[in-house]
Amino acid sequence: MVVALILLLVAIGSVLFHLYSPWWWTPIATNWAYIDHTINITFWITGFVFVAVIAFMAYCVFRFHHKEGRRADYNPENKRLEWWLSVGTGVGVAAMLAPGLVVWHQFVTVPADATEVEVMGQQWQWSFRLPGKDGRLGTSDVRNIGSDNPMGLNRDDPHAQDDVVIENGDLHLQVGKPVKVLLRSVDVLHDFYVPEFRAKMDMVPGAVTYFWIKPIRTGTFDVLCAELCGAAHYQMRAKVIVDDEREYHAWLEQQKTFAELSAGKAVVKATYQSGGN
Amino acid sequence: MVDIPYEGIAGIPPAEVPDVELYHPRSWWTRYVFSQDAKVIAVQYALTASAIGLVALVLSWLMRLQLGFPGTFSFIDANQYLQFITMHGMIMVIYLLTALFLGGFGNYLIPLMVGARDMVFPYVNMLSYWVYLLAVLVLASTFFVPGGPTGAGWTLYPPQAILSGTPGQDWGIILMMSSLILFIIGFTMGGLNYVVTVLQARTRGMTLMRLPLTVWGIFTATVMALLAFPALFVASVMLLLDRLLGTSFFMPSLVEMGTLSKYGGGSPLLFQHLFWFFGHPEVYIVALPAFGIVSDLISTHARKNIFGYRMMVWAIVAIGALSFIVWAHHMYVSGMFPQFGYFFATTTLIIAIPTAIKVYNWVLTLWRGDIHLRVPMLFALGFIITFVNGGLTGLFLGNVVVDVPLSDTMFVVAHFHMVMGVAPIMVVLGAIYHWYPKVTGRMLNDVLGKFHFWVTFLGAYLIFFPMHYLGLLGVPRRYFELGDAAFIPPSAHSLNAFISIVALTVGFSQMVFLFNLTWSLFKGEAAGGNPWRATTLEWQTPETPPGHGNWGKELPVVYRWAYDYSVPGAAEDFIPQNQPPRATRLVQGAAS
Repeated sequence: MVVALILLLVAIGSVLFHLYSPWWWTPIATNWAYIDHTINITFWITGFVFVAVIAFMAYCVFRFHHKEGRRADYNPENKRLEWWLSVGTGVGVAAMLAPGLVVWHQFVTVPADATEVEVMGQQWQWSFRLPGKDGRLGTSDVRNIGSDNPMGLNRDDPHAQDDVVIENGDLHLQVGKPVKVLLRSVDVLHDFYVPEFRAKMDMVPGAVTYFWIKPIRTGTFDVLCAELCGAAHYQMRAKVIVDDEREYHAWLEQQKTFAELSAGKAVVKATYQSGGN
Repeated sequence: MVDIPYEGIAGIPPAEVPDVELYHPRSWWTRYVFSQDAKVIAVQYALTASAIGLVALVLSWLMRLQLGFPGTFSFIDANQYLQFITMHGMIMVIYLLTALFLGGFGNYLIPLMVGARDMVFPYVNMLSYWVYLLAVLVLASTFFVPGGPTGAGWTLYPPQAILSGTPGQDWGIILMMSSLILFIIGFTMGGLNYVVTVLQARTRGMTLMRLPLTVWGIFTATVMALLAFPALFVASVMLLLDRLLGTSFFMPSLVEMGTLSKYGGGSPLLFQHLFWFFGHPEVYIVALPAFGIVSDLISTHARKNIFGYRMMVWAIVAIGALSFIVWAHHMYVSGMFPQFGYFFATTTLIIAIPTAIKVYNWVLTLWRGDIHLRVPMLFALGFIITFVNGGLTGLFLGNVVVDVPLSDTMFVVAHFHMVMGVAPIMVVLGAIYHWYPKVTGRMLNDVLGKFHFWVTFLGAYLIFFPMHYLGLLGVPRRYFELGDAAFIPPSAHSLNAFISIVALTVGFSQMVFLFNLTWSLFKGEAAGGNPWRATTLEWQTPETPPGHGNWGKELPVVYRWAYDYSVPGAAEDFIPQNQPPRATRLVQGAAS
């Protein structure tokens, strides 16, 4: 029966494609392997249901397609069967939801030892800011934005003076150190998206959003914008480089502080004590 | 076994409402153009929706040309690409699917299936169509205004929707909002009609639990739409005020192209909450009529009662109710309060249970059926596969933490196209093959129909199934070009080219369908009144196509539920709803 066979082939073909196609997620670069595991659990459960439903349907088409003299059964309801199917579905749903919620709890619970970095989006570029020696980011406001103050830092805030400001550059992170990524936008919605990090979050003008990660391997990763932000959305790119400790500090020493960048202010070197925090 | 089919045969309550006096057209204009007959209005809705749908189809070709072969077509630039995706999405979701299911199928089928002469407010029903047409014309006009249509994405998120970095900031966005406002006004007039007709104009014996599932689906979807569209209405009005009068409902202090704007104090997330409070029910506004219709297609062509009718009705109602408390699953990475994630992930995954029950009952209806693999049944089978596929990937995106890496990627695009694009369109096409004989009196060509089905079903599956894996890889959506990105291998570009070629093929196969529709209108085989030997009332009309007032002198009286197929002891394998028990011919020797 050709129709039944094609329906079955759709299910089998989908499974084979899943197993053998070259397109799969990127090698992970952060602690969020938990998310990948949850996706795998979901693939197993939904894959089983998909094949079971289609195979059953194909069998029905094969076995019960119209022939001269065939007459259908008359069978309005079967309470017990419907009840068992509902319970079974509930169990399957719970098996996906429970790990999902546990991992979400980890995702929204930032560890106490995470350092902060700030990412700022604007049409259509990225800027980054690190807290200086004092370990605190200074306050900011879009009203302060000007040619010598692209991130709108508050000049009267002492915590802002030693902040490291990176405009049109790349962000470096240190491997193994948990980091809370604070996200801010000065114009429209953006989304700081690094596929290898798994984590992402929209950047909303008028608010500060965040996610946290712990980089687990060094490397250079593409930053893309994942929330439509206008005509050049697709060109809004940067790179994140995850360094080991030595490379990271070598990079950090070359960066300029807000005070250095803004004219007429006291110069504060962007250096850290050896060994960092 | 239960006794639903025969309960209450003896006591049909007397008619409480006298037969209605209809408006009778006196001229060609009032019969075919400014018509108050729901059947004519249905055809007007369907033709208008299909016409603007063809525009959306062409836009999808242009998008696929760009995605499959970036840099090859110089007539597509980044701005236009955004305009194409925006208009394609908005047309398909609202102006095609919503209008076609509710305005088209709703208008045609509700009065016929419940045994009414017409909608209860025929004049308002006519107005509903003309306001809808105006909305479509306003929308289409944006292609011709300075700056072109808006390119803000169909979600129209502020601030970018009304700022200068987005194409169509001049006229496009203003007309888009105006068109949506018109659409909602038009829909509300029609929607009130559908609801009141189902509740008040059912014929004698047509209890709620005897309604065909098609009516249940359309009815529930309409109630939902009446509750959900107001959220979009106020969001549209507020965004229009932000754009035109400089209010700041959705606009915080921001820098627009290097200068501080006049806005301040508003919340972009407020818009997203309003939009998705409409937007998620909207998914089910499209899905529930499809659920209802496909149930009737499967039952009729498998010659078997729908399995678990009462559970099917309750599942429709439960899905409709639950769909109002899941909206923020579209906003897991929007920056909203993160603790909301637990609640919305839980409600979202709970919806899977009534939805799964519907799927089980469809395939269980096939079990021990007498399956006629006619074109409507083929489309129903295609619907089940694409809907199950798209529904299951919804379990990924609904499960908050799994959504984090997948949101805003091609996985989402593949998911929603499978579940609310391809699946409902499978039902729309199956339903057209199913009811075309009633509307026109002629059958559609079967060979062309089967060709159309296989190319559309297999093609659509080949487009959207592999697309999930591009998203898994991390390819973002709404990208004019992928550009240089180390994580995207060359093979992903080849897959994109493949998808584009299949998409163009599927698109062109719709021309075969259009030809079939036109050709069969004149040359199709005569259908007779009930070619599928179906039980529901619309197949029992005295004339085909049904005349003005539907039923001739006497309204039908209903004696049974809508699914008396292959009843043991009956000679025929179907018993129409309006057939009195005594008139049922029995197999020789069998007792009733």
